[in-house]
Amino acid sequence: MALKILQDLRQAAVTSKVFVQRDYTSGTICKFQTKFPAELESRMDKQQFEETIQTLNNLYAEAEKLGGRSYLEGCLACLTAYTIFLCMETHYEKVLKKIAKYIQEQNEKIYAPLGLLLTDPIERGLRVVEITIFEDRSIGSR
Amino acid sequence: MKNCEYQQIDPRALGTSNTRTSTTLPCGRKNSQRLRRKWEVFPGNNRFYCDGRVMMGRQCGVLPLTIGLIFITSGLFFTFDCPFLVDRLTVFIPVIGGVLFVFVIMTLLQTSFTDPGILPRALPDEAVDIERQIDNSGSASYRPPPRTKEILINDQVVKLKYCFTCKMFRPPRTSHCSMCDNCVERFDHHCPWVGNCVGKRNYRFFYAFIVSLSFLTSFIFGCVITHLTLRSQGVNGIIQAIQDSPASVAELVICFFSIWSILGLSGFHTYLVASNLTTNEDIKGSWSSKRGEESGNPYTYNNIFTNCCVVLCGPIPPSLIDRRGFLPPDDAPQTVTSDTELPPFMSKNDANMCTQGTKELLQSMALSTVIQSTCTPGTPKTAPVTQESLLRTVSITVSPPNRPPSTGCSGHQAQRPIDVSCSQKGNKRSAHHTHKPMLRVSSPPYSLSHSPLILSDGPDMGFIPLN
Repeated sequence: MALKILQDLRQAAVTSKVFVQRDYTSGTICKFQTKFPAELESRMDKQQFEETIQTLNNLYAEAEKLGGRSYLEGCLACLTAYTIFLCMETHYEKVLKKIAKYIQEQNEKIYAPLGLLLTDPIERGLRVVEITIFEDRSIGSR
Repeated sequence: MKNCEYQQIDPRALGTSNTRTSTTLPCGRKNSQRLRRKWEVFPGNNRFYCDGRVMMGRQCGVLPLTIGLIFITSGLFFTFDCPFLVDRLTVFIPVIGGVLFVFVIMTLLQTSFTDPGILPRALPDEAVDIERQIDNSGSASYRPPPRTKEILINDQVVKLKYCFTCKMFRPPRTSHCSMCDNCVERFDHHCPWVGNCVGKRNYRFFYAFIVSLSFLTSFIFGCVITHLTLRSQGVNGIIQAIQDSPASVAELVICFFSIWSILGLSGFHTYLVASNLTTNEDIKGSWSSKRGEESGNPYTYNNIFTNCCVVLCGPIPPSLIDRRGFLPPDDAPQTVTSDTELPPFMSKNDANMCTQGTKELLQSMALSTVIQSTCTPGTPKTAPVTQESLLRTVSITVSPPNRPPSTGCSGHQAQRPIDVSCSQKGNKRSAHHTHKPMLRVSSPPYSLSHSPLILSDGPDMGFIPLN
């Protein structure tokens, strides 16, 4: 009995992963490749995928943006000998929270119904966007 | 492609899983063993204190000496020189000295205890995927992935090297530190004086430290000279002055020898900041025109002010290694974590019952061959961690047989003599670089290649970076 369950599981739980790598052509900023992976061709719309990645790229660009605000934050931090980071959240961290929320939203609305799961890149050290593909072949109900 | 590199079964873990099958843990009961945090299984050579809040390099180097010298010199200054100078000159002398001293110590501690920008090692799935992408020829014999990949940044060809320890192509400007056994972003150098690497996240602290230290040493030096001069004017010359205040001589000696190196280092790093270079790049001559090719630094903004702003006042990215996050419990039932750790959408989305059921079944199977019903006790947040730990199947051997010579991974330090005090020790130490096991698995791998399926409840699920 246990063996049969094991076999069923092995069929039901086969997953594979697709990794969207970083795009370094603009330098060291955090940006992911928008090339549509071949494994997802049968699962989802290319346009949708590109839009998700592009939004992520834009959000990361916003986090790393060099401008008046980030310089002000940097100077203020320097003057307080960087102790201000003990009480204040940096702009980057705020944007990361926004990104996490966006990914959750995308998973709920778009990817989960297709049997896919986006993993927040911060959990992979900003190396890759990991997309897990669930292939349900479980027989009968759970 | 054969994944013959990626198979290792930890006999210890197998042993524990065997014993576990004979016991059934009741749902909801938290194991008596406490939950471990990720810093405890961090694969690099780092030390962690205050439960993961503070980290530094493995060999603290001469950090105690640095701190000691600063404290001793400043202490002597405040005790022996300041009273005299306050009488004769102004009360602002100890005030300025005090401000500088506090600033120096704070920046030093921040440099030493901050994560320099360590990149977490690639998970086995990713490593396998990268190799698959590179080695698409499908040859039967296993070849290591090619060591370099070329990309274009701002019309400049940049070579990305593959790091065999971290199993990933290093991003640009990243280098692997042999002392800390980590890839560090925007790697500058490993500084034994602060006992840590200097990289993207703590470079500004390091720069602030050396600049303020040069001010402090120059200030103390100047004050001591003034003190001895004034004293020798009043009484019987310089000898008497020295006899009256021997501590000042000690301070003079220390400051004299430090000033050359500290001022030199500050000047050198000011040049690096202004041209948006790292010590590593400068020493290797990555962008120098001496190479005979058309090459320039692709990262510079060609404006000294902009470069300075970017390097010193740009945003600090958060630490990518989640030191204080919790690992999935060692032998607590995986079911304990199932419901709370499923991504929120899973529980809400009824249309995805199949997937949810799959995951729950996976998790329950991970415990034992007997299926247990899922429960929902409270456990610490680690939302996608569990699915990762369950879906990972492999571990990586301790030292791959085809590991390249150490320069491949750790070639960050100068191979030619340089006049920068910080990098001297690194050269000697790189020979002692040892490998560490990256991950251990606790059950036999079921299937490899790109469909990893694991039923494991191993003690070490490896290093999982989480926000």
